[in-house]
Amino acid sequence: MKKKDNNSNYTTIVVAGSVDDGKSTLIGRLLFDSGQVYEDQVEAVKMAGGINGEIDFSLFTDGLSSEREQKITIDVAYRYFFTKNGHFIIADVPGHEQYTRNMFTGASKADRAIILVDVRKGLSEQTKRHLFILALLRIPSIAIVINKMDLVNYNEKEFIKVKRQCVSFCKKIRLNGPLFIPVSSISGDMVVRKKGNMPWYKGKTVLDFFEKMKISPENNTKNLRLPIQLVVRGNQYFRGYAGTIEAGEVLTGDKVMVLPSGEKTVIEKIFVSGSISPSATKKQSVLVLLKDNIDISRGDLLCKNKKPFISNDFLAYICWFGREKMNNKSRYFLKHTTHTTSFFVKNIEYVINKNNFLARQNKESMNSNDIGLVRIRTQEPIYFDYFSENKSMGSFIVIDELTNNTVAGGVITKNCPRKEPILNEKRVLNEKHGAILWFTGLSCSGKTTISSRLFKNLKSKGIKVESLDGDIFRKELSLGFDYSKNDRVKNIKVASYVANKLSNHGIIVLASFISPYRKQRNDMKKNKNFFEIYVKASIGTCKKRDVKGFYKKAQLGEINNFTGISHPYEEPLNPDLTLDTDQLSIEESVKQITNFLIFKKII
Amino acid sequence: MNKLTYLDKLESEGINIIREASANYKNLVLLYSIGKDSSVLLHLCKKAFFPGKVPFKFLHIDTGYKFEEMIKFRDDCIKKNGIDLIVYKNLSKEAGKLKPEDASSDYYIYHKKTKPLLDALRKYNFNAAIGGARREEEKSRAKERVFSVRDEFGSWDPKNQRPELWELYNTNIGEKNSMRIFPLSNWTEADIWSYIVKEKIEVVPLYFSVNRSVFKRNGIYIRVDKFNKPVSGEKVIRAKCRYRTLGCSPSTGVVFSTATSLEEILEEVKNVKKSERSTRAIDYTSDSSMEKKKKQGYF
Repeated sequence: MKKKDNNSNYTTIVVAGSVDDGKSTLIGRLLFDSGQVYEDQVEAVKMAGGINGEIDFSLFTDGLSSEREQKITIDVAYRYFFTKNGHFIIADVPGHEQYTRNMFTGASKADRAIILVDVRKGLSEQTKRHLFILALLRIPSIAIVINKMDLVNYNEKEFIKVKRQCVSFCKKIRLNGPLFIPVSSISGDMVVRKKGNMPWYKGKTVLDFFEKMKISPENNTKNLRLPIQLVVRGNQYFRGYAGTIEAGEVLTGDKVMVLPSGEKTVIEKIFVSGSISPSATKKQSVLVLLKDNIDISRGDLLCKNKKPFISNDFLAYICWFGREKMNNKSRYFLKHTTHTTSFFVKNIEYVINKNNFLARQNKESMNSNDIGLVRIRTQEPIYFDYFSENKSMGSFIVIDELTNNTVAGGVITKNCPRKEPILNEKRVLNEKHGAILWFTGLSCSGKTTISSRLFKNLKSKGIKVESLDGDIFRKELSLGFDYSKNDRVKNIKVASYVANKLSNHGIIVLASFISPYRKQRNDMKKNKNFFEIYVKASIGTCKKRDVKGFYKKAQLGEINNFTGISHPYEEPLNPDLTLDTDQLSIEESVKQITNFLIFKKII
Repeated sequence: MNKLTYLDKLESEGINIIREASANYKNLVLLYSIGKDSSVLLHLCKKAFFPGKVPFKFLHIDTGYKFEEMIKFRDDCIKKNGIDLIVYKNLSKEAGKLKPEDASSDYYIYHKKTKPLLDALRKYNFNAAIGGARREEEKSRAKERVFSVRDEFGSWDPKNQRPELWELYNTNIGEKNSMRIFPLSNWTEADIWSYIVKEKIEVVPLYFSVNRSVFKRNGIYIRVDKFNKPVSGEKVIRAKCRYRTLGCSPSTGVVFSTATSLEEILEEVKNVKKSERSTRAIDYTSDSSMEKKKKQGYF
């Protein structure tokens, strides 16, 4: 066997063809001619082949005894080989219609694909099906091997005829530029060797296709996707979050967000391959320690930069494998990354015609081996990217609740957000962002009135909200603080601390404090979740609203340090929102804040 | 950032599979068979949970005819790594009657390996077991899934396997079923040795070549030791040799080799002409013998 280069990558190649297209023979020939078959395997195959001791190449690949009896491949088999140019895994999949799921399975992991076509039969339904699946699963590098050229006297015209049929179909399903190779597996022409029978063909051999064709890798974005697979607890002080990075990269010190809670934290340590590493990238299995002790469990997602879609409702192509037909009254499990939840199929948009793979049919149910576009509604929202952007973040499997069998595979193509949120969606929306709405303004400007109305509104929508009010605060928490500058600063410090803690749990905190000092408010604004809302009213208006007569008492000197009278109030220069309560009604103010929250994607 | 090598990818995939198993099964065990694949599995387990501890037990099914060196290595290695190991033996009459000479028979495999394995899984209530089998090893193993469901008799039904898509493993099982998990599915023998060299993993000394006294029986050369005594007509020779795989002493043959270091072994494996299991008498009983054993519940 040839030597292996330790730094070379490995490539997974799915090889598929209809029954009798000679697939096992092609693979056997490829392994044999490139020196990949062990002597004892050759002996065993010679023994099994019987009669005249000629090598039946298909026997190198057809493993199961029942397959040998039937001389057909019944399941996906994996072959491993390497040459000086690379390291390869072949997923050998059968071509009968009832085993289409195996094509979907084999192709799901493939970087490249080889589709075998019998030159005498040309483009069959099965070939169309295989090509359609490759297009759906976005396999980046495809060769169509036109086999059994020996049976048509190596005639170039026969090759071109089949090639034209295939090109025409590929165009219709928008499958770009497959390579075409004329082959005879029996004689070995164009498998590994370029032999003399087809001098008219100047292109690549099958082995060339394995070794030399470039594959453009899936784009890696800067948007970290780390689905949490497992929480590893060492002792009470150690809690590590393990998972495989599905996109982006992670560096020590990165600020990351946890979904669905929306909590933000910092990556404190990264372990890759059992030791500390400053960073890790896509497809690495990592374990991270986080700065904050927050509640994260399997199925949650750590992300950075752009967030994924968070939704219960989406469109997906699914390939149904189940023996029973898909029933849109039944609940199934959906496993997406490390997250499993229940779902219903809300609607079958269409099913792809099984004969031509072009027409779309309206159907009420899906049978085994049907491929169709369906609308799915999950019980818990999932966090996904489109399959076209990231295969791992956009794919899922369907598991039958009763049998536990895998009954379908799917790829997500479109998010379908709905107008009226359902319960779970609401929960996620309010958990994804905590926020502090800091109402500042003179006494009686309307802070408490507006915030308590807003509080009721948000609460009725099922959103987690809490209110901190200056007056209550001083009675319950900041006891003994007076109205001197020193104590006012301390009081706001305490309030800010509490508001921060609450908002870390995804709560929207409505804090109503006069908070007269610009510098202190500006300090709090450094927190990205902090929003300064200036409740603006003239002293005249405030006095009118003053039922308890504080302004009067202050003017008479009965109360000291009263803001706006005997203590300064530093107006916000650049608030996130100003509510001029001289002009706006309570309802209008609440509406303005609600719009602001929607605009900021807080609700 | 550096591109990942294929060994990095295999390692990462193995760790991912081990963690997925650990996350899904409370009663998980690892089938530890002492050989090089088990050494790699142990190494991956340590990495998967580092800086935490491996959270599940290891199980060794002892036939009583394992090489002495294996048992010593097992005990040292388990102790050093702080692993909780269960050793299980079939103590029944049927198993007791079996002699070293029977070691390559199907009856022996059933009573010494398959049955005690199934009994131990039931006794300790394990519903999921990690094993070190690789698809490259053998034809029917090439069709094995990474997460492979067994029925209540521990039996494999090759025609009724779940499709395995992307890296989304279906870990769900019914009450009566159990799961076998193979983190090394995509590793070849050369990958195993490349990784052992790279990571400096300890392996049983029997893998290294030294002068050993061996004689030919059933088409393989076996070592003279307390289990294997040559009878008349069986000529003992003294030769530099090593083991390519490790099983029961009476049914595991040597390969003639001069490889005395990990690097030399790796070089030899890369250039080898015979398949790995060609030194194992048990796979040769019939053309489809491994498939039959797997249907009975063998790993």
